[in-house]
Amino acid sequence: MTNTTKDQEPVSSAAWNPQPSKGASPLGQLTLIRFREFLREPEAVFWTFIFPLLLAGGLGLAFRSRPADVAKIGVLTSAPAAGFISATLAGDSSLQLVSLGDTAAVNALRIGTVALVVVASDSQRVEYRFDRARTEARTARLLVDQALQRSRGRRDAVATTDALITERGSRYIDFVLPGLLAMNLMGSGMWGIGFSIVDARKKKLLKRFVATPMRRYHYLGSFLVMRLGLMVIEVTVIATFGHFAFGVPMRGSLVAFGVTCLLGALVFGSLGLLVASRARTIEAASGLMNLLMLPMWVASGVFFSAGNFPDAVQPFIQALPLTAVVDSVRGIMIQGLGWSALLPEFAIVTTWLVLSFSIALRFFRWR
Amino acid sequence: MPAAPLALEVRALRKTFGTVVAVDGLDLDVQSGECFGLLGPNGAGKTTTIEICEGLQEPDSGDVIVLGQRWSSNEHALRERLGVQLQETQFSEKITVEETITLFRSFFNRGPAVDEIIHLVQLDEKRGARVGTLSGGQKQRLSVACALAGDPELLFLDEPTTGLDPQSRRQLWDLVERLRASGRSIVLTTHYMEEAERLCDRVAIVDHGKVIAIDTPRALIRSLGAEQVVEVELAEGLAVPPGIFASTAGVLGARIDGPVWSLQVSAAHEAIPAVLRTLEAAHLSLTELRTHTPTLEDVFVSMTGRHLREQ
Repeated sequence: MTNTTKDQEPVSSAAWNPQPSKGASPLGQLTLIRFREFLREPEAVFWTFIFPLLLAGGLGLAFRSRPADVAKIGVLTSAPAAGFISATLAGDSSLQLVSLGDTAAVNALRIGTVALVVVASDSQRVEYRFDRARTEARTARLLVDQALQRSRGRRDAVATTDALITERGSRYIDFVLPGLLAMNLMGSGMWGIGFSIVDARKKKLLKRFVATPMRRYHYLGSFLVMRLGLMVIEVTVIATFGHFAFGVPMRGSLVAFGVTCLLGALVFGSLGLLVASRARTIEAASGLMNLLMLPMWVASGVFFSAGNFPDAVQPFIQALPLTAVVDSVRGIMIQGLGWSALLPEFAIVTTWLVLSFSIALRFFRWR
Repeated sequence: MPAAPLALEVRALRKTFGTVVAVDGLDLDVQSGECFGLLGPNGAGKTTTIEICEGLQEPDSGDVIVLGQRWSSNEHALRERLGVQLQETQFSEKITVEETITLFRSFFNRGPAVDEIIHLVQLDEKRGARVGTLSGGQKQRLSVACALAGDPELLFLDEPTTGLDPQSRRQLWDLVERLRASGRSIVLTTHYMEEAERLCDRVAIVDHGKVIAIDTPRALIRSLGAEQVVEVELAEGLAVPPGIFASTAGVLGARIDGPVWSLQVSAAHEAIPAVLRTLEAAHLSLTELRTHTPTLEDVFVSMTGRHLREQ
């Protein structure tokens, strides 16, 4: 083929010299675009990386292990032996005393600023006012009662000693951090893939791509590469944060942990693809996403144990992909579970992966 | 490889959506190297036709041969040779002009360098700008640029200038003229008659999914037989006998649209006095009188009784 070079137009003629492509691979270019779209969307970066850290930090602080609480005790000043009570309990460092009038005492109990109100008619007769449903109120009653009885000469019948331990892995942060990690895999996998695809379809960009010789597996493959790349960053950030900020352990093998996260990213990416396979609008896709994700947020044991639900629904909860991923991540990090113990979870996740991916491909709307 | 005799061949094409017949037995031949226009009002079936030709929709029946090949044979190889610009594609707003064109360039085995494409569509200054910051005309030129990424033998442009301001439209026309001069075949749809007249070697006028006329713009206009069109606007509410201009000297054809009569005449200077005498004899008063040389719009009006664009 010869090209004419007689350019009359100073601007540009379309009589150029076409070159075979070199270097720019379609998969590489599509993947680059994916990453650029993600990084140039500050909100996406926030929800993927910063939000889980804030959540973990907040929960870690709220549920941190604290030194034994000081019980706040109200002493009713109108009672005849109030002075005696105050004098007796003043030396006990686990109790903090507040003198209260009649109305103030009722109010303080009602809103929980004191755990217990002590009403002493004389040094021989004492009444405790408290709410039995409140754990700290029952504890306060025991502490006050023990101090009063001992001061009047009661002796312990059994000699006891306390050996105090703090076990890493048994705190709430140890429970919740693996859950948040798995939940993040679900959220970013489903939204990251589902939203982008539906958006491209709505903007007729998908159709525009299909009108070129682009290979469809390159398009879908670019999402896969992006998800796996982001997954590694997300998981590393959350696990490292948990380790250094709260000392959350990693007792199992890192390889098993990596494989679990990989399977998690794949299964939720496929579910995202499934949601996006037909939807023409973001609204339709959002509805489907929430329909799929909400039961898992609630039931899969991210924030509290899935065991709290009745036995009748347990088979369903255990079959959910998020339950399987949460249980594996938690099992590896906290209990140090090995491969064989993880097989049932892996089987559940793989089943979801194969089903959702093949259904999504079968029904995918390219045009 | 020898050039295919026809760039595009469409035979008895039919496509329905539910009960709506979008394309109703449409035939087309596009010669290699020509710029061919599908002109018609919105809803005439232009986009459906062009998308079937692009292999993006399946026809109910009929035959489409693109560059000597059917879509059923080797879709991927055919796509390497086509450039497609769709109506209403929105490229990613966060991605720059250069990145977008590079992406499309990567889909094709061979084609011009990205720089050459950017230069051709005159987006050099916007190369690093994100798509979201471009004007409507610039976005449209980007869209054409992406269609050029594979150095196509056949280029499909679906309403390339719809919604653009006059200056952007002229810039796009310049671009299409340069592409046409480079010898590639172009099929474009439009509902702007000026666009079809200026850019197209041949035009098919499409209405209700059918080709109602197909020829060069000049021949189509000449087929009216009129040298001039005289538009006579009468005061509202007058009862006008339908055949009022039938025997007026010099009037070849007459059509009414609201209060406006559109008269095709051979010579305006002879016809206008006759028209005025006719109106006077019928005691009708005139509010406005205009003349213009006939356009494709007049061809469309004379064939369908309607305008291309409902105003």
